[in-house]
Amino acid sequence: MAYVSVKGGEKAITHAHQWLAEDRRGDQSVTELEVAQVREQLSLAVDRVMSEGSCYDRDLAALAVKQARGDLPEAIFLLRAYRTTLPRFGASLPVETEAMAVRRRVSAAFKDIPGGQVLGPTFDYTHRLLDFAQAAEGGVAPEPAPQAEEPQAYPMPNIASVFRHEDLLEHDVRADEAPEPYDLTRRPMKFPADRDQRLQALARGDEGFLLSLAYSSQRGWGSTHPLCGEIRMGEVAVEFVPDELGFAIEIGEVTLTECTMLSGFAGSAERPPQYTRGYGLTFGHCERKAMSMAIVDRALRHREVGEQADAPVQDEEFVLYHSDNVEASGFVQHLKLPHYVDFQADLQLIRRLRKEHFERRAALKEAAE
Amino acid sequence: MSTPVPARANAPERYYNYAYLDEQTKRMIRRSILKALAIPGYQVPFGSREMPVPYGWGTGGIQLTAAIIGPDDVYKCIDQGADDTTNAVSIRRFFANVADVATTEDTGEATIIQTRHRIPEKPLKEGQVLVYQVPQPEPLRGLEARETETRAMHAYEEYGLQYVSLYENVSAYGRIAATAGYPVMVEERYLMSPSPIPKFDNPKMAQNEAVMLFGAGREKRIYAVPPFTRVRSLDFEDYPFETQTWEETCALCGAKDSYLDEVILDDAGDKMFVCSDSHHCAERRASGHVGPMAGHTLDQDAALKEPAQ
Repeated sequence: MAYVSVKGGEKAITHAHQWLAEDRRGDQSVTELEVAQVREQLSLAVDRVMSEGSCYDRDLAALAVKQARGDLPEAIFLLRAYRTTLPRFGASLPVETEAMAVRRRVSAAFKDIPGGQVLGPTFDYTHRLLDFAQAAEGGVAPEPAPQAEEPQAYPMPNIASVFRHEDLLEHDVRADEAPEPYDLTRRPMKFPADRDQRLQALARGDEGFLLSLAYSSQRGWGSTHPLCGEIRMGEVAVEFVPDELGFAIEIGEVTLTECTMLSGFAGSAERPPQYTRGYGLTFGHCERKAMSMAIVDRALRHREVGEQADAPVQDEEFVLYHSDNVEASGFVQHLKLPHYVDFQADLQLIRRLRKEHFERRAALKEAAE
Repeated sequence: MSTPVPARANAPERYYNYAYLDEQTKRMIRRSILKALAIPGYQVPFGSREMPVPYGWGTGGIQLTAAIIGPDDVYKCIDQGADDTTNAVSIRRFFANVADVATTEDTGEATIIQTRHRIPEKPLKEGQVLVYQVPQPEPLRGLEARETETRAMHAYEEYGLQYVSLYENVSAYGRIAATAGYPVMVEERYLMSPSPIPKFDNPKMAQNEAVMLFGAGREKRIYAVPPFTRVRSLDFEDYPFETQTWEETCALCGAKDSYLDEVILDDAGDKMFVCSDSHHCAERRASGHVGPMAGHTLDQDAALKEPAQ
């Protein structure tokens, strides 16, 4: 075996990038994927990339998915690295999800709720059978779904309205003069984390990580006995107050998925028994993520309700420090960078310890004889 | 010997701001650097940005460099002591593109040296800045996983746990077994991680003439050792700090006192040792030093290597 130099250099990098570009393109006799096709037909991938990439731009997210060859954490990374260079004009007004143009809205807590159940475009209740018709070329356009006979309620009341007259659900406190929200893209983690910081970290957090944490909670590792109070998805207007105008103008519309999980609270000396909530919110249609986020959010609030905290999902530092997949992916994969200087240092020590080990054994043997 | 390479203007990356980061961000980082210099060894939290390279690949070092670099700088970037390691090449290329800056492999000629895992063999001079890429800024992290705890430990200068850990080493192995990332005490106040440099390099930090900046992008911390600062590697009176030594010399340049990499030559156990600091080795060979395996392919590779672009 000949020695192969690990030291690469300019040429190796350039050639590797060329090879990567070739692999990204794949078989050139197959039509190249257009960004618009990704945007329209891989829309849930685009949604996840926008959500965890913290940047609402369907075209850029679609480009990132294409460029990353469908590797979503890589696409998220691309979008984040672009986002970080953008100038900041200011913060929008909080969006009003009650004023959402709802495409989907379900509650598991009640058979029917004000505003009704709207199933919307969902995988739920589909049979997961591969549809070979889609593999056949020149697929036919799907038949349009029939329109509802009556327009749906607007604004669409949220789950809190059901509980309002009984005060059964903790209030969503709304400050008139809210301080500027904590921004993890500009400031490092701090502990204990306030609600804004926690929710931002979770919103940017890896779907898979949060899903597993939520699942662990359900299986008894820090359970909050959650019930899906409501999940809704649709479009909301984004409003912004430019300094020049002094009043709010609508600057666009974003698709959001919002989830409220309900957990019972048996009450304490100060607080009556009540339902507490866990909150999840994502860009686009990311239901699995929003539900997981809501469960984890609630689990992390154990201090407020005096729950015993001994499970991973309840450990703020553990959860918030390890949820970001751009950080995690980079750091895990940096292990493929050369470490031979450190390894040499380690190797020396192991060799010396081995030498001493055998010397000691030899001496013992001699003494025994 | 390499000469500074003329910078390339307006590569695609130049559609971003000079040195990639926006000016507001650079200012924020510079403020953090000043604070870090004012409190040697103290980890300053900062609003680390997402960079176009992954976390763990030098995002902290790159942000520091981006905040301090100017068109008149001469930039050197090393990984494992060498200029030609892939990630060093990639980062050097990045700054050549986004900062229109001259690059060099010559340690003496550089104004900013960005490094991962080594301090160059050649003593640094006043006016030079050594930028360390730091994967884990917290020296106590291996002993205490919680940031809330370790920050309190630093605040109270409560480093007993660290000494206990070193003592446990002594009782288990007959020596302090830390080899790289060996903890140091800065100005007798803050316990600091030297980043994973081998302990061989630790003594170079003490009373160094250069400014030493440490950037941890993922962990969002900056810390610094200003010039002429006391930096002491932890030890015990009866178990004094010692650095690595080799029985071998550098096979190419014959150096007896440099940090050596072990290069496996075949699978029959043959190996050679060469300087980890590629520029140090090249400079010695250029001035006539000859090692036992001078003329080996590795040597020729280095001699024929085109200057970095």
